[in-house]
Amino acid sequence: MSDKADDFAPSRRRFLAGAAATGVGAAAVGAGQAAQAATPDPLITEVQDWASGLGDGVDATPYGLPIQFEQDVVRRNVEWLTADTISSINFTPIHALDGTITPQGCAFERHHSGAIELRKEDYRLMINGLVDTPLVFSYADLERFPRENRVYFCECAANSGMEWAGAQLNGAQFTHGMIHNMEYSGVSLRTLLEEAGLAAAGDFKDKWVYAEGADASSNGRSIPLEKALDDVLVAFKANGEALRKEHGYPVRLVVPGWEGNMWVKWLRRIEVMDGPVESREETSKYTDTMEDGSARKWTWEMDAKSVVTSPSPQAPITHGKGPLVITGLAWSGRGAITGVDVSIDGGKTWTQARLGAPGTDKALTRFYLDTNWDGSEMLLQSRARDSSGYVQPTKAELREVRGLNSIYHNNAIQTWWVKADGEAENVEVS
Amino acid sequence: MSKFPKVIAGAAVSLALGLPAFAGEYGLGRPALPEEIAAWDIDVSPDGTGLPAGSGDVFTGEEVFAEKCAVCHGDFAEGVDNWPKLAGGQGTLDREDPLKTVGSYWPYLSTTWDYVNRSMPFGAAQTLEADEVYAIVAYILYSNDLVDDEFVLSNETFTDVELPNAEGFFVDDRLESEAHFWKAEPCMSDCKDSVEITMRARVLDVTPEEETSEAAVQEASAEAPAAEEAAVEAAAEPVVEVVALDPELVAKGAKVFKKCKACHKVGEGAKNSTGPILNGIFGATAGEVAGFKYSKPMLAAGEDGLVWNDEALAAFLAKPRKFMKGTKMSFAGLRKERDIEAVIAYLRSFD
Repeated sequence: MSDKADDFAPSRRRFLAGAAATGVGAAAVGAGQAAQAATPDPLITEVQDWASGLGDGVDATPYGLPIQFEQDVVRRNVEWLTADTISSINFTPIHALDGTITPQGCAFERHHSGAIELRKEDYRLMINGLVDTPLVFSYADLERFPRENRVYFCECAANSGMEWAGAQLNGAQFTHGMIHNMEYSGVSLRTLLEEAGLAAAGDFKDKWVYAEGADASSNGRSIPLEKALDDVLVAFKANGEALRKEHGYPVRLVVPGWEGNMWVKWLRRIEVMDGPVESREETSKYTDTMEDGSARKWTWEMDAKSVVTSPSPQAPITHGKGPLVITGLAWSGRGAITGVDVSIDGGKTWTQARLGAPGTDKALTRFYLDTNWDGSEMLLQSRARDSSGYVQPTKAELREVRGLNSIYHNNAIQTWWVKADGEAENVEVS
Repeated sequence: MSKFPKVIAGAAVSLALGLPAFAGEYGLGRPALPEEIAAWDIDVSPDGTGLPAGSGDVFTGEEVFAEKCAVCHGDFAEGVDNWPKLAGGQGTLDREDPLKTVGSYWPYLSTTWDYVNRSMPFGAAQTLEADEVYAIVAYILYSNDLVDDEFVLSNETFTDVELPNAEGFFVDDRLESEAHFWKAEPCMSDCKDSVEITMRARVLDVTPEEETSEAAVQEASAEAPAAEEAAVEAAAEPVVEVVALDPELVAKGAKVFKKCKACHKVGEGAKNSTGPILNGIFGATAGEVAGFKYSKPMLAAGEDGLVWNDEALAAFLAKPRKFMKGTKMSFAGLRKERDIEAVIAYLRSFD
């Protein structure tokens, strides 16, 4: 490993130490003032190794991974959350990403019996139940149907679930990282169901499909037939390449806008039925317990939600006062994001943020607020609005309806307390 | 499970007559055979649709549960460590930290049967006989005080059992109960008088520490020369007694080991889990992995000098409970000798 690597390791601690040591640099520069260099920058005046020697050849990396300096941009898990890492979850490093597409390699994983290896050659998809002809497709069969390309977010229903009772985990990755957003290529489920024939199903209104995976958990979920025929995809590519093992290679279900648990991975069977199976994952889990002990079920749509990804606890401000980009992500399972408001005073006043691109249906939207930070403390919040007219609620508003025991579907406004030194902390405010 | 098997019969007939099997627009795929549907379509619905014939009583259930489930769920379904508790919790749903179990929360018994049958035991799913599933479910009911010890659960009696929280669920009503979140004009200024911080994440301090890339880089650079040195040393000295492991056998062992992975970790960074880490287990004395709480018989065997050589490991892996009565390992055992051989080779690759 070259000793240059050490100089450029993008560690936060190093970064902060560096900023402090070269005090004349960013921190001391006020708004609108250009930085002054006391001495010439050797990175400019001296010929660097990389400007003189040679880099890697084209045969060095047949499949490229991020450069070593980005090795802290990885999925992380919270060990105490689950009994075991096999039936568990990890978190997307959203604090370190920009744009809207989540690279597959750092997109969160949730398995119920571990990520299995299933070859395309061994893959079978069965469609049975109330269909005219129960069918079996091979992987190669699926690639012969007309294909669609769609970008959708996938959010675990438990995203932010640890925050119901109070501010708990210190970082956007941990509070909001059970989400990813990819461009899927696949066949609409409607096409496959129609290939099997739906005359046998009769009236679609009270019919369901039951989707199950090929892994040991099978993670079966019941989905109303109307949704199945609307926008559900049987996907085999994400962001242009094959799905990763951990996301259901070779084939997964994409259920736009609905909780991630329904996006059955390693999809092996779709059964058209006259009622829901009421499987474990749709009764004992993914149901929302209210204050009086009753529980809401079938809470499939993920309500509008947003979070500031930077600055945030894992992405503090390191440049001192002056121009500051506040950025984050917003999404809604009920439609497109139409606007995001940002508050720096804990929700007293709001400013409309700029959307990186117009919001699209059930996909992540990036927002920016280009500001001039005066170096004082901020209570940073974001509030999403969607095309259904929904406005992201505060945690207090949610608790008023649902109490503290819901676990799932927490879409409350998040607050980061950004201090004068640029460090940020997850807090709750009145 | 479909209630319309006639459709399948129809498809089979048309096949036999050489007629087009189906009229799909693309003519892709092939009709599913009845045997194939029977193999995969095993889901069970609340009204009992999909249940196979069979039965099991509480006493049998207790035995099967102790053997196959208790390592994670506890002898009385009370749960070990962070693993799910299956019993208790009735009357806690409206309190802080409700305990949600089969008895206190699950609305339908079919869910329990279906889940045990399809997804359990963890790491050995779909190995239970129907009668075993009936017995396990009967025992779970018993441990929740919902049936007495004479109870026998069968496909005949199944729908007689109603779980206490059957009426505890209601369908998503957010459009009504949360209608006020659909606000035409959200507040933009003077939205509240004062703002106070009421809770801080740092006070709890439960966030995992980030390993900085700086540390990782240093570790990597520290490792590189060490590896080089080792290579130089290896070249200089003839290595004595290196057992050549068959790479194919090791690879096969890695696959078989998936059955063990739920409880045992192996390799770099492995930690004790439900079972002890297995790095260097070959040739080690039984019961000596640091920090793991062994069963008494396992500790005693170690004190008596049991060493995990080929013979001992093979016997243990074939029938754990026969080889070591009272072991905590709830694994039924590997049936094929070749699998046992492969797992041992795999474990030896971590010596």
